[in-house]
Amino acid sequence: MKNLPMPTGKDIRHALLTGLWFMFLTFPLLVIKVDPAEQSVTWRWANLVWVGGVSAAVALACRLLAAYRAARVERLRRLPDQTAPQPKLPLLFRPERLLPLGTLAMLFFLAFPLVFSTYQVNIMTTALMYVILGLGLNIVVGFAGLLDLGYVAFYAVGAYTYGLLHLHFNLGFWIALPIGGLLGALFGILLGFPVLRLRGDYLAIVTLGFGEIIRLVLENWGAFSQGPSGIADIPRPGLFGLDMTLDQSLVYQYYLTVAMALATVFVVNRLRHSRIGRAWFALREDEIACQAMGIDKTAIKLTAFALGAAWAGMAGVLFAAKTTFINPASFTFLESAIILCIVVLGGMGSIAGVVLAALILMLLPEYLRALAEYRMLVFGAVLVVMMIVRPRGLMSPPRQTYSPSR
Amino acid sequence: MHPLLIVSGLTMDFGGIRALDRMDLRILPGEIVALIGPNGAGKTTLFNCLTGMYRPTGGQVLLNPPGRPQRRLHGLSPHRITAAGLARTFQNIRLFPNMTVLENVMVGRHCRTTAKLFGAIFRPSATVREERETVGMCLALLDRIGLIDQADELARNLPYGAQRRLEIARALATGPQLLLLDEPAAGMNPQETAELEALIASIRGDGLSILLIEHDMKLVMRLSDHIFAMDFGCLIAEGTPDEVRRHPAVIRAYLGEETTDA
Ligand SMILES: Nc1ncnc2c1ncn2[C@@H]1O[C@H](COP(=O)(O)OP(=O)(O)OP(=O)(O)O)[C@@H](O)[C@H]1O
Ligand SMILES: [Mg+2]
Repeated sequence: MKNLPMPTGKDIRHALLTGLWFMFLTFPLLVIKVDPAEQSVTWRWANLVWVGGVSAAVALACRLLAAYRAARVERLRRLPDQTAPQPKLPLLFRPERLLPLGTLAMLFFLAFPLVFSTYQVNIMTTALMYVILGLGLNIVVGFAGLLDLGYVAFYAVGAYTYGLLHLHFNLGFWIALPIGGLLGALFGILLGFPVLRLRGDYLAIVTLGFGEIIRLVLENWGAFSQGPSGIADIPRPGLFGLDMTLDQSLVYQYYLTVAMALATVFVVNRLRHSRIGRAWFALREDEIACQAMGIDKTAIKLTAFALGAAWAGMAGVLFAAKTTFINPASFTFLESAIILCIVVLGGMGSIAGVVLAALILMLLPEYLRALAEYRMLVFGAVLVVMMIVRPRGLMSPPRQTYSPSR
Repeated sequence: MHPLLIVSGLTMDFGGIRALDRMDLRILPGEIVALIGPNGAGKTTLFNCLTGMYRPTGGQVLLNPPGRPQRRLHGLSPHRITAAGLARTFQNIRLFPNMTVLENVMVGRHCRTTAKLFGAIFRPSATVREERETVGMCLALLDRIGLIDQADELARNLPYGAQRRLEIARALATGPQLLLLDEPAAGMNPQETAELEALIASIRGDGLSILLIEHDMKLVMRLSDHIFAMDFGCLIAEGTPDEVRRHPAVIRAYLGEETTDA
C-alpha cells in the first residue's frame, strides 16, 4: 500500500458531510434520552461527537480505499502483458482452500460441545437452524429468483406439525420430522399455485401476505392451534428411548442440527449442479428465454417453492423440539426478514456465503452484548453497507465449470 | 415433398390491432425460408405465435416430424412446442447473462434430458452418464460456433456477435426440427455476418429447416430457398428470391406507394 492516495479537499468535504449526515440521522436515537419516570431529558452530546467523528473517518477511509483500488486496476490494465487480470478472490475463499477449510470447520463444529458450555452450544444450535433456513430460502430466492417474504410460514407449519402431532397423537420427533418436511412442501405448492404468474414486487407482497395469514390463523383459530397461548411441553428429540439429562439432550440436539445442516448443504449443493438447478438459474435470469428452452416454468417454480418450504418445515420441527414450546409470536414477518437478510448478505445463490452469513448474523448479536440492544439497527446498517461495498454479497457463487472427463 | 410445418389462417389480434391476418406458410424439410417485411409488419409476432409465446386468435400450426404422426402446435405452451421440435432465438438477445457460456447451452438440453430430483440428489450412474453426454454435446456445439475457449466465461461478458452465435447454439441444443432465427445478423459487422452465413449454411447441412427473419437483403437472397414477404400482418408475396425481389407488392412495401405525393 505504498502509494496510498492523499486525501484531496473534495474527499475531506465528502467525509465531513457524511459525518454531519450521520449525526443528524442518529440524533433522536443516540443523543436525546427521555426519561418518562423522572420527566427529564438527558442530552448525550458526547455521543454526537463520536458518531460524527467515526462516520467521517470511515467515510474518508472508504473513499481512499476505493481510489487506491481504482488506481491499481488502472495500473494492471496498463501492463504490457495482455493477460486479463484474473479476478482475485480473498485468500480464504479460493477454491483450493475449500477442502482444508471445510475440514477445519467440521472439526470445530464436532468439538464445539466438548470445549464450550451448554449455553454456547444452545446458541450455536440456533445459529445452525438459521443456516438450514437460509439455505432453504436460498433455493427460492437465490437460485430461482423468486422473492419470497413469507418464508417463515413454512417454518411455522413445521413447528406446528410437530406440536399438534404430539399433542393429539403423541407422536415423536422422528416421525414428525419427515411429516413436517412434507407438509412444508405441500404448503409451498399451495402458495406456489396462486403466485405462478407473479414476479418481483407483486410476488413479494403476496408471499408476505401468505406468511401473515398463516400466523393469524394460528393466532385466532384457538380450537386448532391453542391460539396465542401456544403449545407447551413438546418433547426434545429422543435417541432409541434412552434417558438423557438436559445437558446431554441439548448436546444431542446440537449434533442433530449439525447433521441436518450438513445434509442441507449437501443436497442444496447437488441440486445447484444439476439439470434442475440450471433450470432454476435460467428462470431467474430470463423467464421467457427459459420457457423457450423447453423448461416447464410451472413445474420448475413449484419445485423451487416446494423444496425451499420442505427445508423450512423440517427446521420448524427442529425448532419446536428445541424450544419445547411454540406460539405464533415466534413466526412474525421479522423472522422472514432475518432469513432473507441471511440470503442477501451471503450472496444470492452462494452456499458458502449463506452459511457464513447465517453464522455471523446469529452469533454476532449474542457475543457482542452491547450490540444486542441495537440488533435491528445493526442488521439494517450491515445490509446498507453491504449493498454499497459488496452488492453481490459476502461471496459471489463460484462459476461452475464442467470438464468433459469428469 | 411433405411440408415440415404448415401454418394456415394464423391470426393474431391485440385488442383492436390485427398484427397477423390469416397467414399461410409452408416450410419443407431441410429448407431455409426467409420472412421479410418492413418494420412492424408482424414478423416477430408470427414467431411468438409459432413458439407459443402468444396464443394465436385463430388459425392452425401443424408440424410433421419425419417418421412420426402430425402434431398440432397451436395452443400448446412454449416448452411443449420446443420439445416438439421448434427452437428460436430472439430479436433482442435473451441469453442467461450470469450463467457461463457452457451452462447457457446446457439449459437448452433440458427438454431432451430427464434427471429428476432423485437423480439430482443421489446422482445414480444414469444421471452421471446423462450429465456427461450433455456436457460433451454442448462442448461440441461451442466448438462449432467457435466459442469453446470461452466455455467458462459468463455469457454477459461475450462480445455482441458471439452472444448472437451463442443464442443459436443454445437453440440447436434443444434438438430442433425447425430453427427460427429472429434477425440474427442485426448489429453485426461484415466479418461477423460472413461467419454467421457459414454457420447457417452448415446447420442446413444437418438437415434442419430454418425460418429466418432478416433485414439484410443480400444475406437473405444468398441463403434462402424460399421467401415469404409480409406487410401489415398479411402475406403479400412468396416465392424464390428472384420472384420475390421483382414482385411489385414487395417493391411497393419497401419503397412506399408510387401514388403518394412526394
Ligand atoms: N404484445 C403486443 N401487444 C400489442 N401490440 C403488439 C404486441 N406485439 C406486437 N404488437 C404490434 O404488432 C405489430 C407487429 O410487430 P412485430 O414486432 O411483429 O413487427 P416486426 O415485423 O417484428 O418488426 P421489426 O422488423 O421492427 O422487428 C406492431 O404494430 C406492434 O406494435
Ligand atoms: Mg421483429
